[in-house]
Amino acid sequence: MEISVMLAKLAGGMAVSIQIFVLTLVFSLPLGLVVAFGRMSKNGILRAIVKTYISIMRGTPLMLQLMVVYFGPHYLLGIKVGSSYRIWATMIGFVINYAAYFAEIYRSGIQSMPVGQYEAAQLLGYSKIQTFFRIILPQVIKRILPSVTNEVITLVKDTSLAFTIGVGEMFTTAKALASSQVSMIPFVAAGLFYYIFNLVVAVAMDQTEKKLSYYQ
Amino acid sequence: MNLLEMNRVKKSFGGLEVIHDISLQVGEGEIVSIIGPSGSGKSTLLRCATMLETMDSGELVYLGEQAAWNDKNGRTVYGDSQTLKKIRQNYGLVFQNFNLFPHFSVLKNIMDAPLTVQKRNKAEVRETAMELLRKMGLEDKADAYPCQLSGGQQQRVAIARALALNPKILFFDEPTSALDPELTGEVLKVIKSLADLHIAMVIVTHEMAFARDISDRVIFMADGVIVEEGTPEEVFASSNERTQSFLGRYGEMLK
Repeated sequence: MEISVMLAKLAGGMAVSIQIFVLTLVFSLPLGLVVAFGRMSKNGILRAIVKTYISIMRGTPLMLQLMVVYFGPHYLLGIKVGSSYRIWATMIGFVINYAAYFAEIYRSGIQSMPVGQYEAAQLLGYSKIQTFFRIILPQVIKRILPSVTNEVITLVKDTSLAFTIGVGEMFTTAKALASSQVSMIPFVAAGLFYYIFNLVVAVAMDQTEKKLSYYQ
Repeated sequence: MNLLEMNRVKKSFGGLEVIHDISLQVGEGEIVSIIGPSGSGKSTLLRCATMLETMDSGELVYLGEQAAWNDKNGRTVYGDSQTLKKIRQNYGLVFQNFNLFPHFSVLKNIMDAPLTVQKRNKAEVRETAMELLRKMGLEDKADAYPCQLSGGQQQRVAIARALALNPKILFFDEPTSALDPELTGEVLKVIKSLADLHIAMVIVTHEMAFARDISDRVIFMADGVIVEEGTPEEVFASSNERTQSFLGRYGEMLK
């Protein structure tokens, strides 16, 4: 097989990896905020449920969670799932896992905000929702950006875990090509892909941090 | 009609009563200073008046409208959130540590609440904000961020921010305690200049000379009660032992 054909196949895997990455962020970042609210809720039952959820998501391997989401419907509920469920299972698995991590990051940021910001907002007549979205959240985002960057970089590499349930992402493709072609080139290409992807992420996050450095 | 009425207020923190049965009235345009040793309950009283703390017992009334009253067991109940929201529009508070919004420019700190809360016209709000900044001597700082300002400048922005909402009564919670003497002077000067706006002011302060000069009435608090209350002349020349021991040197200096 020509190298160019190999690279074309890898590009297909790359597209799937990027899709997993983007969709996971698009859904888990807002969901994480909702989960963080549940984790800080005044309702003790809700708080306990969310705490348990976060504990399970952080305490078990993502690989295992993906398998449970993928095989669960069949083994546990007897539902027949088609092969298109693979990518759905991947997305569900990644989103609920990453939402748990993001929730804890949001919580750390929200709880580090000085109470004076809330008091000033209350005195100026802001509603609770206005206070959160205008005053608190923008400052929280600045505070948590370094932790979020860490998590996003981990996500780039974690997308390769979709391999375990047979989704044709970058790593799956590279592994298949490596064994069929008896070549290291696909692995090298995959390594470069992950590295460059993360470099781009790091630079983008660094730019964002700089953009937010106009205040302390 | 009094702008503010607090009747028989009590407040405890974890079993320790920090305010015992205090009543306080503030009339239109009146300037009231609250002085007294640290831990005497001055700030707590102000935080109860501004509803940052809930009272255990007592009434809170703004312009005849009840924000809080006693149930039949003598425990305070507060009005519904709509009522409280409306009542909150009557007053503003200047904090000890400013509490400006660090991610907003100076101008936005002042303009944001009138725009998002009061839904006022943007051109009008901008004009008001610039006028207030001029009054504070900070018109060249409109586009600066709070972290670029000195403490005294930040506190003046905080005063402008509170004034932009057109309160009838403005509370100051030790507005100069976080400032060095030089910056204290510039903030006190600004507060004095507000006297001709005819906004009522309630000022918790440790600046005795300032309290004496600016106030219509001085309240001396100690151990959660009002020990003495009267014109500055009366209080600063008081023969009350507790007042005298607190004023100590100030009393001598001011005679």
